[in-house]
Amino acid sequence: MSDIAVRIENISKSYRLGRRERYLALRDVLTNVLTAPVRVFRKSNRPETEEIWALKDVSLDIPEGEILGMVGRNGAGKSTLLKVLTRITKPTSGRARVWGRVGSLLEVGTGFHPELTGRENIFMSGSILGMKKVEIQKKFDEIVAFSGIEKFLDTPAKHYSSGMYTRLGFAVAAHLEPEVLLVDEVLAVGDLEFQKKCIGKMKEVSEGGRTVVLVSHQMNQIRRLCNKVLWMDCGQVRKVGPTAEVVGAYEAALLSGGNGYERSKKMPNAKGRFLSWEIVEPRTELPHLLTSFGPVTVKFTVEINEPIRLGVHGIEVNDPDGQRMWGNAVFNLNLNVGIYDFVHRVEALPLKPGPYYWRVTLFNEQERLDCWDSMPELMIGTPPRSHPRDEWAGFLNLPSELSIQPNCQHPASV
Amino acid sequence: MKDEIALELQLIAMNDDTSTEVAPTFDITPPKGWIDVNVREAWEYRELLGFLVWRDLKVRYKQTAIGIGWVIIQPFFTMLIFSFFFGRLAKMPSQGLPYPVFYYCALLPWMYFATALTNATNTVVEQEKVITKVYFPRVLLPVSAVISGLVDFAVSLVMLIIMMMFYHLTPKPTAFLVPVFLLLAIATALGTGLWLSALNAIYRDVRYTIPFLVQVWLFASPVAYPSTLVPERWRWVYGLNPMAGVIEGFRWSLTGAGQPPSALLLVSSGAVVVLLLGGLVYFKNMEGTIADRI
Repeated sequence: MSDIAVRIENISKSYRLGRRERYLALRDVLTNVLTAPVRVFRKSNRPETEEIWALKDVSLDIPEGEILGMVGRNGAGKSTLLKVLTRITKPTSGRARVWGRVGSLLEVGTGFHPELTGRENIFMSGSILGMKKVEIQKKFDEIVAFSGIEKFLDTPAKHYSSGMYTRLGFAVAAHLEPEVLLVDEVLAVGDLEFQKKCIGKMKEVSEGGRTVVLVSHQMNQIRRLCNKVLWMDCGQVRKVGPTAEVVGAYEAALLSGGNGYERSKKMPNAKGRFLSWEIVEPRTELPHLLTSFGPVTVKFTVEINEPIRLGVHGIEVNDPDGQRMWGNAVFNLNLNVGIYDFVHRVEALPLKPGPYYWRVTLFNEQERLDCWDSMPELMIGTPPRSHPRDEWAGFLNLPSELSIQPNCQHPASV
Repeated sequence: MKDEIALELQLIAMNDDTSTEVAPTFDITPPKGWIDVNVREAWEYRELLGFLVWRDLKVRYKQTAIGIGWVIIQPFFTMLIFSFFFGRLAKMPSQGLPYPVFYYCALLPWMYFATALTNATNTVVEQEKVITKVYFPRVLLPVSAVISGLVDFAVSLVMLIIMMMFYHLTPKPTAFLVPVFLLLAIATALGTGLWLSALNAIYRDVRYTIPFLVQVWLFASPVAYPSTLVPERWRWVYGLNPMAGVIEGFRWSLTGAGQPPSALLLVSSGAVVVLLLGGLVYFKNMEGTIADRI
């Protein structure tokens, strides 16, 4: 029994949508006060607040010393599961038991205060993350060395660059020594040199026999670090097993896109919206997969239910983290009611292999009619032509060649 | 170090116990109804409480020219204003004390209370980022806000003693009761703060209500006037405001002015206990889902 680190039994978590009202500004308060009677009246006519199940009947055992990767789309319940396991929020039903101290790393620089110096922040953040004071003192020099900000130790953190801030934050977190470490997509930050350091640290942690749960959208990272992978989908466990098998299945599902991720037909009265997209040229066996270099033609089908005057159509390619790879827009569109194909031709789409998504927008003068994150995603499956290691590869996948020739002016001595 | 060794021994002992399943370190279950206060856990996090107080003190007067001087200036000038308007102009009875001492004595616990209450109420919302990213007993936030105000209180207390010396008044032997009244003030601030900070997390309206509440509360407490102005038969109702007992008691124990606040204090103490226990239970009940609703 003692070789289980985490046992999750039928955990469910529901959110009630109507409850998340925020009053942030005085203006909101005033309008709320003014409309309160109306709201109360309306409430009785409206159906009950909508319930969303972020997690539904999730059960899983995580053995001690395992590095479990967690994959899934945004909103699949990965973060919610981590939040339940770290006790940030309680489940609606079910039970989870954890044997050992839990450390969580859902954000870099948790507990930092801009007015405090680097030295003070190490103590503050360490303590909030669950370290004892003696522990922090013992590891202090190590933390400082890891972060590489020795010179700025007594400077208030508000004067730090974002890179320094991140490095210090991660350095503190990396020296947590819990038996169970929960990490949410934080390795994606910092410069490449630093990322390498972090991955090294993660490996070290797991080799020390501790249990790690790691959420990531970077499949290469998951492949490299994890021995087992949990695939979450719509709040449920879709698949769990050896890394190669689950990641393969997950990527295949992303490719085929036939997972009920089609645009919902719920808003028939929209004034204009995107319906679907596909790659027209070059065609492969799958309409959302690009496997070759060279020009690409992409088609978006658009339904327009209201004449558009001086419209704007924007297009972007983003990586799964929402980082924009490229963006452009077309202005002064005049279109009548009907269904159109917007066909974009780009000279090249030299992106590193992996999943991306299009974000396409449509405006009628100032009014936004639609902003659609393409489903299925765009899969780039070109043969990799960049550095074999992720952290050196960059964003682009550009075929390149090197030839070495003697310099005419300074001939090499023989 | 000793603690760590003890913990390890304990763990070894637990592992050796083969007869039953090892108890989990954390058992995560849905919220369990109303009474779920975990004092032991809060105690285990006492170091973090220390850090939170320390941070609060470090940060509070950063980038101010006068710095800690504000601690003295604020009550001092309020005292001057009160002495002039309520004392000189309105001729408020002052139980035989010079106006400055009469008012400063009351402003001391009052200002502590008002600041502690305001900070405790806002702290949960201000720490939203941390609350949604890491677990610790949330109750530490209002508790630390209430504690860090004590430093200001201590500084102002020294100021009061200097002022009394100036007026050739010596603190009475009953001054040893000051900590008791202070404790009551802390409990009142914390009790109210627990309720309001949890409410504030959901309804930001609370934030705007606080200044108004504090102002009303000030006039409902014997700061600007002695409680003897309140008719005898309403005195017990007046005592339902715990700060009435605190301030009256504070003035009396230091200067001997007025009567020992017996009945008033009893009602006040009862009100504090109800307020604090209710606040703890309500806050604890909110704690499980506060990260979702903040």
